[in-house]
Amino acid sequence: MIKNISNLGDAALYCDFGTEVNKEINRNVINYFNNLRDSNFLGITNITPSYNKLVISFDLKLTSYAKLKKQVENLELKKNNSSKNNLIKIPVCCAEEFALDIKRLQKLLKINEAKIYETFFSKNYYCYMTGFIAGMPFLGDMDKSLFAKRLETPRVKVPKNSIGITEQFCNIYTFESPGGWNIIGKTPVDIFDNKKNTEPNLINPGDTISFYPISKLEYEKKYE
Amino acid sequence: MNKNYFEVLRPGINSTFQDNGRNNFYHIGIPFSGAMDNRNFLLANTISNNGINNPVLEFAYQGPKLKYIGENISINVTGDVNFKIIRKNKNLKFSCYENIVLENNDCLDIQSTNRSVYGYLSIGGTFEVDYYLNSCSTNTKAKIGANSGEKLETGQIIQLKNIKKILPKNKIEYLNSKIENIRIIKGPHFDYFSKDAIDSFFSNEFNVTKLSDRMGIRLKGPKINNIKNTNIKSEGLVKGVIQITADGDPIVMLSDHGTIGGYPKIGVVISADYDKLVQIPPGSKIKFKEINLKDAETIFKLYEMETQNLISNIK
Repeated sequence: MIKNISNLGDAALYCDFGTEVNKEINRNVINYFNNLRDSNFLGITNITPSYNKLVISFDLKLTSYAKLKKQVENLELKKNNSSKNNLIKIPVCCAEEFALDIKRLQKLLKINEAKIYETFFSKNYYCYMTGFIAGMPFLGDMDKSLFAKRLETPRVKVPKNSIGITEQFCNIYTFESPGGWNIIGKTPVDIFDNKKNTEPNLINPGDTISFYPISKLEYEKKYE
Repeated sequence: MNKNYFEVLRPGINSTFQDNGRNNFYHIGIPFSGAMDNRNFLLANTISNNGINNPVLEFAYQGPKLKYIGENISINVTGDVNFKIIRKNKNLKFSCYENIVLENNDCLDIQSTNRSVYGYLSIGGTFEVDYYLNSCSTNTKAKIGANSGEKLETGQIIQLKNIKKILPKNKIEYLNSKIENIRIIKGPHFDYFSKDAIDSFFSNEFNVTKLSDRMGIRLKGPKINNIKNTNIKSEGLVKGVIQITADGDPIVMLSDHGTIGGYPKIGVVISADYDKLVQIPPGSKIKFKEINLKDAETIFKLYEMETQNLISNIK
């Protein structure tokens, strides 16, 4: 449930669901997000779910903080709206030229490469949110043995479609972008397709993701 | 091929097609985008007798140089902009905020914005551009919107359609006021900063650095000391939000901002000051002033009334 609603400037609501990062809190956030998307409250321009917050932007010409806050507080939540439970399988090629930080991780985590990948591929991951850059999914939780800090100096350019891990999370760089996550492989699948005019992103908040390894040959085939 | 078009002789520094922006996609990481200075965008379209969400060409600092081929067309430029029309080797000077008739083979040279950043070119007609997710706004990071998500490039052709046969002589007297004081409402992480840091934030001037673009304005000034945590769990951003980086420098997020961010938010620029904020060029100084939500709402109403007054004064 929302613990507190405050204003983020004069044209957004800042809904606080707590401070921890876990699926239970995040499912609450996404449940509100889905219900608000169906609500048609006047003036809402954007709704941004994240781990434990929900930011609702609105058009100050059409509504106000006080009006929209009351509507959100009185929103009747429909049940079972929190997740459409999509399971999406993402192939990952771990060839040396794509796994930019695997050597660093072996040293840092004191486990060998094979064990890192075995652990990584054995779990399903939950999508807490997408964003920062278009379509980028923030997935968790990693096995504790793979918790690793960000790079001290972020890369200026992380190649598009790289798979990165840091602390309890992993993500997929949907565009070439600066970034400091530990890169362990690359997928041939475009997670964000800027040619698609409806639902351009493959992974949505609340979805479950599993990764599976592919060879360089399969990677190249998928790219063709 | 259409018979009315512009040929880009010089693209300018950051010339992109923009409209009112792209709503409802923050949750998949697509920012609002749209014309940075909404008032000048509205004035440009209104002077052209266009719908208020018609695409315009936005430029920054140095604008494009365009050769026009086609039947007579009315155009206007808004902002604080130096431009000229080269007609049969003669340089003709005009003012912003008035419709001008472009003739076949004219060359429109948008030389520079004056002590400001953005200006707008609108035509009595429509730029033929691609739409993506209900908007033509160009987002060069996600490569979406008009012009395949790219800035203008030398040599490209801009097709025009729906050219208006009647060329209205609309104009308005308007002076863009410049401000250095930006009013803000305190943000959700105000208490992450020491009292001294907060005092310093409001009593000192900050320099607008060159690392400023449609995504954000980076400021340099006194370091804003964080006493809690320099990182937060990433969460939603809005335009006008001021984040303090781990280095203690403020960044103001603008229309193409990343949709989520992990730095504490010290405040948010009020909606009424946004159009003026985006026009403050690198090298300038700005100062922040805190006001409350109620005052911000009142000031926005007044700002909107002023915009509507300007629009109704266009003759």
